[in-house]
Amino acid sequence: MDAFAKPRASELPVQEIDVFTDTRDILDHANRAARKRKLDDWLVCDIDAHHVETVSWHELVEYIEDPVIRHQAMLYQQEKLGGAPYGLNGDMGLKYQDVGGRISHQAGLREKVDDTSVHRDVTLTRRAMQSLGVDYMVLFPTPMLTLGLHPQPEMEVWLGRAYNRWLIDRVLTQDDRIKTLAYLPFNVPSEAERTIEEFSGKPGVIGFCVPSTRHKPVHHNDYMRAYAMLEERGLPIAFHAAYHWQDPSLSTINRFLGMHALGFVWCNMVHMTNWILNGIPERFPRLKSIWVESGLAWVPFLMQRLDDQYLMRPSEAPHLKRMPSDYMREHCWYTTQPMETTNMKALQLTLEMINAETQLLYASDWPHFDFDLPQEIFDLPFLTEQAKRNILGLNAARIFNLDPTPRKTL
Amino acid sequence: MTEYLVGPESDIAEGGRKVVACGETEIGIFRVKGELLAWHNSCPHRQGPICQGRIYPRVVEPLDERGEVRTLAYDETTQHLVCPWHGYEFNLQTGRGQGGRGSLRRARLKLEEGQIYVLL
Ligand code: FES
Repeated sequence: MDAFAKPRASELPVQEIDVFTDTRDILDHANRAARKRKLDDWLVCDIDAHHVETVSWHELVEYIEDPVIRHQAMLYQQEKLGGAPYGLNGDMGLKYQDVGGRISHQAGLREKVDDTSVHRDVTLTRRAMQSLGVDYMVLFPTPMLTLGLHPQPEMEVWLGRAYNRWLIDRVLTQDDRIKTLAYLPFNVPSEAERTIEEFSGKPGVIGFCVPSTRHKPVHHNDYMRAYAMLEERGLPIAFHAAYHWQDPSLSTINRFLGMHALGFVWCNMVHMTNWILNGIPERFPRLKSIWVESGLAWVPFLMQRLDDQYLMRPSEAPHLKRMPSDYMREHCWYTTQPMETTNMKALQLTLEMINAETQLLYASDWPHFDFDLPQEIFDLPFLTEQAKRNILGLNAARIFNLDPTPRKTL
Repeated sequence: MTEYLVGPESDIAEGGRKVVACGETEIGIFRVKGELLAWHNSCPHRQGPICQGRIYPRVVEPLDERGEVRTLAYDETTQHLVCPWHGYEFNLQTGRGQGGRGSLRRARLKLEEGQIYVLL
C-alpha cells in the first residue's frame, strides 16, 4: 500500500522537555485536562505557587531601605564572584530538588520570554495560570523561605521588606490576578508589626506569610499585637512550610526524599501545636491561619494526638474551651498541596476531619517537583460538586475577599 | 483501526525517540536494544507527558557480602523513562513503574518497507 495514502503522524515540537522548554509546552497536558473538565466556568485560586526571586536579586537589593546595606548589597551583586546571592543563608537541600535533572521545571525555567513590557516573572506566572487553568495565583519566594534561620535577625527585615517592595512594584502592579501573602520578618516582632502596618492594602497583598522554618515560639507575648492587627484588618496569616537539613532532629536522614517528607511537615506541626495549646484561636477568634505546603496527612494525626493528650492534661492548656481538633477544623485553613493520594480512604477521612468543604484551599506549588493540578480535586469521587468548587476557588475567594467570577482563558 | 505513518525506521537510532501526534493521541516511539517500541504519551500518575521525559539507567545500591553499601550505581541494562512532571520512573522496555503503581500504555507499531506506522 502507498505510504502517502495514510494519515501522517506529526512530530511534537518538543521531543524532550528540559530547562529551556516553554511552560506552556511543559504543561500542555494540564491545559488540555482543564479544558476537558470545562474549568473555564470554575473559579480556581492557586494559593501557593512560586517564583525564583534570586534570578532578580540584583533588582531586589535595590529595594533594601537601609542605605549602607543597600550599597553593600548592590556592590556585592555586581562584583562578587562565587558567592550565594547577597544575604541569603540558603539550604543544602535545594541542590536535590530536581532529582538529578529528572524534573527540569524544578531546576529552572530558562525559557524564552520576548515580552519586555512586563517583568519576566509576570510572563512566567501568566503562562502557568493559563496552562493550569488558574484565575488567581499567589506567589511565594523560594530560597528566601529559610531566611528565618539567618543568624542576623536584621537580615530578614532588610530582605523581607525589600522583597515585598520589589514584588509589589515590579510584579503585582502589573497583573491584578497575581497576588501575594507578604513576607513577615517574624524574628523581629516590632518589624513584623511595621510590615503589617505598611503593606496592608498594597496592590496584590491579600495577607501575610511567616516562613515556618524558624525557632520562634508563635505563642510568645511579643506576637500578640501583630495577631491583633491582622485580625482587625481581616487579613489571614499563613505559615508556609519549608525544610532545612541543619535541623538537628533531621540530621541523621541521608536522603532528600526523607528529609523533604518530614521537614516540610515538622515545622508546621510544631507551630500548630503551640498555636492551639496556647489558645491563639481563643484569643483571636476572627484571625484566620493558613497552613501551607505541608500536605494534609499530618492533620488527622495531630488532631488525634493533641485531643488525646489534652483530655489527660487540660490544666496545661487553660485557654481551651473545646478540643484541639475543633480549633484546627474551624479556625485553621489548609492548602492542598502536596496532597497525599496513595490511600484514597485515608484522604477521604482527612478531608472529612478538616471539614474540607470550608477549610481547604487548592494550591499547585508550581513549578516545584511535587506540584498538583486542579484536576486532583475535580476528579475526587467522594466530594460534591459544591465542595469541589469551594476547594478549588470559592473558599479562597471568601477568606481573601476576591471576586468569585472566573477571569481566565484556557 | 487507523494507521499513522511516522517515517523511516532509520530516523530513530539506538537510545533515540520520536514523539508524535496521531490525531489527538500522542505516542512516543523509542529504540531500546535494537527494538522499536511505543508508549502512549500519558503518565498513569496525572497524565503528564511521560514520553518527553529524560531516560536514565535504573539506580541501584549494591550490597557487599556484609550487607553494607558504599556507592550508588547505574544498572545500564535497565533503562528508565522518567516523567518530567513529578519524576515517576518506568521501565522503558516493559512500561512497568518503579514502585508498582501503574504502567505505561503500550501502542502498536507496524513496520513495513522501512517505514514506521502507529496503529490506533
Ligand atoms: S504525571 Fe507523571 S509523574 Fe506525575
